[in-house]
This record gives sequence, structure tokens and C-alpha cells, in this order.
Amino acid sequence: MKTAKQGKTILSIVLGIISIIYVIPMVVVVLNSFKLNTYVKTDTFAFPTGEMWAGVSNFTKGMTFGNYPFASSAWYSVLITVASTFLILLFTSMAAWYIARVDSKICRIIYYLCVFSMVVPFQMVMFTLAKTADTLKLNTPWTIPVVYLGFGAGLAIFMFVGFVKSIPLEIEEAAAIDGAGPVKTYFQVVLPMMKPTMISVGILEIMWVWNDYLLPYLVLDRTKYMTIPIHIQFLKGSYGTVDLGATMALILLSIIPVIVFYLLCQKHIIKGVAAGAVKG
Amino acid sequence: MSETKKSKHTAGKNSSNLKDQIRRWWWLFLLPVTLAFVIGFIWPFLQGIYLSFCKFKTTSDATFIGLSNYGRALSDPTFVHSFWYSALFAVTSLVFINIPAFAVAYALTQDIKFSNLYRTVFFMPNLIGGIVLGYIWSMIFDGILSAYNTSILLNSTYGFWGLIILICWQQIGYMMIIYIAGLQAIPTDMIEAAEIDGANGWQTLFKVIIPNVMPSITICMFLSITNGFKLFDQNLALTAGQPFIMNPDGTTIKTTEMLALNIYNTFYNSNAASRGTAQAKAVLFFILVAAIGLIQLRFTREKEVQQ
Repeated sequence: MKTAKQGKTILSIVLGIISIIYVIPMVVVVLNSFKLNTYVKTDTFAFPTGEMWAGVSNFTKGMTFGNYPFASSAWYSVLITVASTFLILLFTSMAAWYIARVDSKICRIIYYLCVFSMVVPFQMVMFTLAKTADTLKLNTPWTIPVVYLGFGAGLAIFMFVGFVKSIPLEIEEAAAIDGAGPVKTYFQVVLPMMKPTMISVGILEIMWVWNDYLLPYLVLDRTKYMTIPIHIQFLKGSYGTVDLGATMALILLSIIPVIVFYLLCQKHIIKGVAAGAVKG
Repeated sequence: MSETKKSKHTAGKNSSNLKDQIRRWWWLFLLPVTLAFVIGFIWPFLQGIYLSFCKFKTTSDATFIGLSNYGRALSDPTFVHSFWYSALFAVTSLVFINIPAFAVAYALTQDIKFSNLYRTVFFMPNLIGGIVLGYIWSMIFDGILSAYNTSILLNSTYGFWGLIILICWQQIGYMMIIYIAGLQAIPTDMIEAAEIDGANGWQTLFKVIIPNVMPSITICMFLSITNGFKLFDQNLALTAGQPFIMNPDGTTIKTTEMLALNIYNTFYNSNAASRGTAQAKAVLFFILVAAIGLIQLRFTREKEVQQ
């Protein structure tokens, strides 16, 4: 028994050491965001002390870096993520209820097309999707959520239909007998029951849209709108000599909200990701 | 008996009633998603298939030319190179992601101290986007390699293993979560029974635990393979295909360019006349990914039947 206990302590220490190694890349980002550009490449792993110390200059420089305000990129990222997730959660859950309950031929066709869309890689549709979005004026941060609703509908519908099928019909029938119409039944009875799946789907969509690079890069009018991933790629991609210090400052700023979000809803995130992986 | 029959009958009537009522609201419940789905998926997909048989620069100037785009795609050495490179990457990453992920998941389910904290740390990189990940690691690798006067962009071996390290850092935590869920679903008395029967730790692991988490192992293996083939952001941000090799016949092989990036570059970073070829490559890429998905479906179905 004693050796088993010792074994567990050793295991815990080993995992602790691996955890420390695991966070080193994040620590390196923090160190270099306070380091003067010339030292980032030569003294990547050193503390930004003495002459290397850049104070907050990397952050202030980063704000207007690349001739585009970082605050705008951040705002468009938030706008697109929030609007797309809201649209997807509302409309796909409604459609999923309709598909599961009406179960007509058309419903089944739409359902199987959704399942099919999950195995189609983005490169297959990227050129034609960008052209279609352009023609329909879906190339702004206010309208691009429609594109996300369309391209992201597959997984969401799949997960919601699976859940609705597990809800007993009797609850909705009771509401119908009490005189509630379908709209009232959906919003007052079905929607509240869907909460756990809503959280799982919502987290998957937030993580997808927030980090997505290629879709907004191809769809948005790039001269006017950028998101955080586009902005960061633009800094590295189009400059001969990159200010690595300022880039790291922006990377740090873009990671902090993600880490905070993760630490706040860790339980839901891990559950949502596991559900999405097992079903997708 | 007759009572259950009766209640079943009325339930059927009520549900068909409910069904008819819901059906009247199709324009509210079904139409918005269907329209968006047509715009965001169905139409681009069908148009993409059609355009792969055409010569075009934009979607409006397409002329039908049959299969020649496919011939050009398959005889393009850069495409063939990126296919083998992606395949090698997918298989290598499969091994280097799944073995540590399973080991960590197994360790974390042994009731050790701080296991929640460790789980939090290991999963964290998964939330960072591919572009940002690529630049974090390109800084780290160049920080190490600059001491030897080289760079990740100058050596394709460094580029390959660099991307493997990056993808392991990102995805070990993700696969670990799936393995933990699988391991926790094994009934504890099954493991206890094996121990009482005198099985040692390794025997319990290979004879009891691994067979019971086979569904999780299948999911993770296919996820790593598909993710490996579909990788784009990380590839673009870390090396973007560098270093390049010039062939005697004038073609340039981008040594660390994967399939998705090759398709992207054919669309947007070369002659606009090659867009038909690019679309044909995209269709071939789709068929490859869908085929892997179908094999996975067969695998999981078979397992379900056996259980």
C-alpha cells in the first residue's frame, strides 16, 4: 500500500514538471512582449531586464501597428463571434426541433445534407463561397454571421436533433393540450430544456469563429475589416522586417481573453469539446 | 393491455396533431437555416463541383473543358509532394499525439494530487487559434536555432518536426479529454476483478483497460488523421511551405507545404488561369477527407454491433 502511495506522489511530481514545460511557450510570449524588438530573436528566453526592457512601448506601438487599429480588429472579432454564435444557436435549434418532430421527407434530406457538410473541408468551397458572399453583400462584419450560420449549421443541427430526439414527446403534448401554439411551446418548454446542448454547441462555435482565419480573410472586404487572426497574419506576412516585440504584445492581448474565458467556464468547455468530438 | 394500447393511440393522435401545428410554422423554424445553408454550403459546393470541370478566372467566365483539370492536378508535382507530405505528417502526428495523450489521461485518472490543475494546463493550448500558435512557435524555434545561425525556414527537417511539436502541444490536451471520458466509463469493479485474479498492472492495462477504451482510441486516431490532412493555419503561420526547392524543369517545390495550403496557393498565389486546376485539387481533397470519414463510420458501426 505504501509503495502505491509513493508511486502516486512520484507520478504527480512528474506530471507537475511536464505541466511547467507545457506553459513555457506562454511564459515566453509574456517575456517577449515586454522586450525590445532587437533582443527578441537573440535573447528569446531571457528575462526582459536592463537594456532589453521595453516597458509598455510594444503595446502602444502594437495598437496602430500595420496601419490598422488593433482595437478595430478586436471589435470586429467580438462582433462576428457573438453575432454568429447567437444566430447559430437560435436558428439551428429551432430547425432541429422542426426536423425531429415533423420528420418529413424534406426534413430528412436537410438533416442528411447537414451531416454530409461536416465531412466537407473548407478548401472545397472556399473560392465559390467567397464569390457568393461577395455577390450577396455578406462581406461585412454585420452580415458575415449569415455565412457562419450556413457553413456551421451541420454540426449544430446534428447535435440539437440528437438531443431533441431524447426529450419525451409528452411534455410538448401537455403544453399543446394547454393551448400553447408551436412558437410558445418551443420558446417556453423546449428551449429551456435544451440548455446543456446550447452550452456545448455555443462553446464549439465560439472557439471556431474566434480563431477562424481563412473564412473571414476570404469573405470580408480586407481593405476595411480585419479580425484578430487576420491582423496578426497580416503583420507577419506582409512586412519585410517584423517588429516581433509588438507582434508578441498583440498575441498576448489576443490570448488573455481566451484564457480568462477558459478559466471561467472550464467545466463547460471541456464537456462541450468532448461532446463535439464524440458526435462529430 | 388494452389500456396501454389506448394510451398509445391517443398519444399518436396528439403527436400528429402537434406535428401538423408545427408544420404550419415551417417558414419560421426551418426556412432561415435552410436559406443560410444553401448560401453557405449547398450552392458553393455544387458550383465548386461544376467549376472543377471548367476553365475559369472568376465564377462568371467558366467554360466547360471536361476532365483536363483533374489531369493537370494529378500531374502537378507540387500537389503530389504536398499529398505525401500531409500523409507522412498525419501518420507521424497520430503516433506522437495519441501515445502521450493516452498516457497522461491514464495517469490523471489514477486519483493523484492536483490532477484537475494538470488537466487544465494540458488542455489550455487547444483554445489558441492556429495562426497565433504558429507565430508563438516560430519565435521559439528561431530563438533556439538562431544560436546555430539557422532558422526553421531554412531546413525542411526542422519545419516538419517543428510542426509536429506545435500540433502535439495543441492537441495532446484535446485527445486527453476524450481518453479521460473513456477511462472513467470503465466500471471499477471490472479492474478490481482483474486485480483479484492476480493480473499485474501491465496485464490490467492491456487486457482490460485498452480493450474497453477502444471506441475512444478509434475516435482519437481518426481525429488526428483528419486534422493532420486538413491542417492549414498552423502550416501557413509556421513555415508557409519554406524552404523552397527549384527543380531543373522550372517548377518550385515548397518542401513543407501541406495539401490545404497547396490548394490555397494554386487558387490565389499563382496564375489566375490555374484556378480550374485548384478547384479540381479541392474536389480530390474533399474525396480524400470524406473517404477517411466513411472508413471511420464503418469502424465505429462495426464496434457498436460487436458490443
